[in-house]
Parts: sequence; structure tokens; C-alpha cells
Amino acid sequence: MTDLTTSTAVTVTMTVNGVEHSSELDPRTLLVDHIRTGLGLTGTHIGCDTTSCGVCTVLLDGKPIKACTMFAVMADGAEIMTVEGLKQNGELHPVQAAFKEKHGLQCGYCTPAMMLVGAALLEENDDPGDDEVRWAISGNLCRCTGYMNIVESIQEAGAQMRAGSNGVEADDMELQDEQTDADRPKEATMQEVAE
Amino acid sequence: MFPATYEYLRAGSIDEAVAALAEDPDETRILAGGQSLIPMMKLRFAYPERLVDINGLHELAYVRRENGHVAVGALARHADIVASDDVTGAVASAAPWVADPLVRNRGTLVGSVAHCDPEGDWNSVLLATGATVVAQGPNGRREIDITDFIVGLFENSLDEGEMVVEVRIPVPSGPSGGVYNKLERKIGDYATVGVATHLELADDGTIAAAGIGLTSVVPYATKVTEAEEMLVGQMPTEELFADAASATAAASNPHTDVRGTEKWKRNIVDVYTRRGLASALDQAHASEPTTGSTA
Repeated sequence: MTDLTTSTAVTVTMTVNGVEHSSELDPRTLLVDHIRTGLGLTGTHIGCDTTSCGVCTVLLDGKPIKACTMFAVMADGAEIMTVEGLKQNGELHPVQAAFKEKHGLQCGYCTPAMMLVGAALLEENDDPGDDEVRWAISGNLCRCTGYMNIVESIQEAGAQMRAGSNGVEADDMELQDEQTDADRPKEATMQEVAE
Repeated sequence: MFPATYEYLRAGSIDEAVAALAEDPDETRILAGGQSLIPMMKLRFAYPERLVDINGLHELAYVRRENGHVAVGALARHADIVASDDVTGAVASAAPWVADPLVRNRGTLVGSVAHCDPEGDWNSVLLATGATVVAQGPNGRREIDITDFIVGLFENSLDEGEMVVEVRIPVPSGPSGGVYNKLERKIGDYATVGVATHLELADDGTIAAAGIGLTSVVPYATKVTEAEEMLVGQMPTEELFADAASATAAASNPHTDVRGTEKWKRNIVDVYTRRGLASALDQAHASEPTTGSTA
């Protein structure tokens, strides 16, 4: 008979955005809670909490999944990418740049998930048609109903990837550099929280 | 939301999982995709005291043709079935309509089948295609016909300590076809109405085998035997399909709720059965007579 108030902690090691984290976790900790509270990566949002809305999307070994419907212990040994991992070497991922360029967001709450789903789609198909993009994001709800621009943003990111561009336009670079500098101390803080 | 506490075990082999299950079958659940189990635990509808995680058993992550059937292992995700060239007919047709793309990346066909949710899509498809379930328990493996496996609402016929390790979907040796028609309010939703249809043709063009399965409009996934019997041995015609569709609608037992009235849902069953049979017939005519016979 299991004790109803405590569970035996399980050691879980996962690589999140390229950084390995080892944690002792209550088995009932949901992956999304571990990412947000345990690792301090709050770009992964919680919406419906019932496997419907998809705002808790993260990439698990490259595939988008709903982090509210997975126990963190199940991700032992896995590679996780959250929205914080999209930016590389201080440069926005093409999908991030395209969401900015095409205004692929209104309130922004679903945006991290939409960008991750878009990035995963573009890995497999960098020239998706409207239907393919809409199919890919069909497990993600935008309650502003700003789907038109989301679809355009993902397609624009694909176009930039096909053109070999990193998606950051020259006039964005300056802003980008500023953001990078501003981000650095914050990232360090999050790292400390994680450790 | 987080569930009640439980003991977490990571299975290193099928035998280990079965042994853990056999220790306390009433309080232990197998955890594969978790896309049904975890929400139930979060809502405190389910309180298993122990979960046996089989996600490490990569040898169960397969969809492949062997000995005249397509074998789907317990760790094959819905997305693996969508991507597989080995599945055809109603199974291939149903795969993209199970939940949404993110859930399909985690959820498994075997888990859905074992769960026996009356609104789960797979069981009606497996009833239509004549699938079998392979269970492994303390006394070894056995095959269970899907009609014997589904015994009620969230209820299967597994013995204590048994887990489903594979589902086998027969590949017909002659011309065949099948489709799953699903009405849903939005992607990812459960079916308001789901109708799986499957046809196999004999050399003379008559119907050699027929399968019809219902989702959501019956207390649990149900095979419509009376309509199937009307079809077998007959030459396929629009009139015959209309009669079988009427019989299927009559055999369904939908309820009026926020999704629609009983009468309207019954009409959808009729329409979907007719369309499904016509589409299955088109596929059968288009398929080579030898399709699948060398599997």
C-alpha cells in the first residue's frame, strides 16, 4: 500500500536546451511543472491543463508533445527543447524572427508553443502549404484566433530557411544584440535556480 | 492539477513489467503514452497505487507486416501509424483523426485499445477489421479476438496480471478497402459519431467479408453484426449499402446531448455508413488482388 501523502523520489536526468539537469522528483511531478518551477524556464506556459490547448508544448527528442500530460520521470534520458532553446548564439531562430516580422501573435500566450510546433514542422518540411501548417498547429489553440498570421509566420520562417538565411534581418540585428545582452544575466539567474 | 501519489517503476523488460503487474494487479497500471491515463489521474478519476512505465521497452515500438497481418507493438505511437506505409484501409484512414498531432506523438494504439474508452477511435476500427489482441501475463502469451477483448465501458477481458503487448490487424489477401468516418467538433475532440467500415471482395466481385464498427453512438465500441451479415455474399450495390446503413443506424444507440440530438446522430451514422461502404468499395476496386498476400 502506497503512502498517500508521500512518494519515493526518483532521480531524473534530462537535457533541456542542451544543458543536462539531474533532479530528485516526486513521480507525480508533471513535466511542465518541472520545467517551469524546477528549472525556472517559464516560457513554457500552462493553459487548460487538460491536454486540450497545447500551450505547454515542448519538443521531446524533436517532437512536439504536451508537457502537462507527461510525468517528468518519463523524460529520463530525453532531450527537451523549450522556447528558450530556440535562440542560438544570440540570434533568433527563423521562426522567432518570422513571428516578429509577420506579427504572428496577439496576446502572445500561445506563441512559445506555436513557434516550437512550427520549428518542428519546418525540420521535416521547410515549404509547408497552408493546410500542412494548419494541420501541424491543430493541437494548439490561439484564443485570440490569430491563426492567419501564425500560419504566415511559419511559412515565412520556412522561406527564410530555404534561402539559407538565419531569419534575422539587418535592421533587427542591433535590437537583437541589445536583447542578447539584456538576456544574459537573466539566463544566468535561471541557471542558478536550476542548480 | 497533479494526481494522487503513486509508486513509479521503470520496466526493463516485458517480463519485469508483467511481474510488477502480477504483484498487485488491482492497484497497478501500465504507463505507455499516458494520454488517457494521466488526465484521468490528474482529475482524480484514477488512483493507481503503482505505475509501471514501459517507455524504455523500445523493442515494443514497431508497426510492421508479418505473417498476413500488421503488428502494432505496445509502444507504437499514433504518429508512427500515421507515418507507416504498412497500414492500409480503415486503420490508415483513422490514424490522422486520433486526437491531435501532439497527442499522437505520445499516445499509443495499444494503450487506447486496452483503455476501452467508448469514445476512443481505435476499437471500432479494430472491430471492423477483425483484429486480435496479444496479451502477456504470468502464464505466457495468448491471442484474444477483439470482439472478446472489449467487454464493456472502460472494461477489457484481460486476466489479472496481463498486459497487451501487441495488436494484430489482418491484411486481406484479396481486394479490400476500408475507411473511418469521424464527426468531431474540433480537432482533438472525441467523436460525436464514428463509423469504421471495411470490405473484402471475392474473385466474382461479391462481398467476401464486411466489417462495421461504431464509436461514441453506442455504450462501448460495437461491431454491427446484423449489417455485416446483410452484406456478405452479395454483389455490392447502392441499394445494398443503403439497407446496411439503415440497419447500422438502427443498431446504434446515440443520446441527445450538447453535441446533437439522438435523431440527428442516428442520421449521421446512416450517412457515414453508406459513404464508408462506397469508399471501401472504391478502394477494393482500385487495389491489386494480390495486395498483402505476400506479407
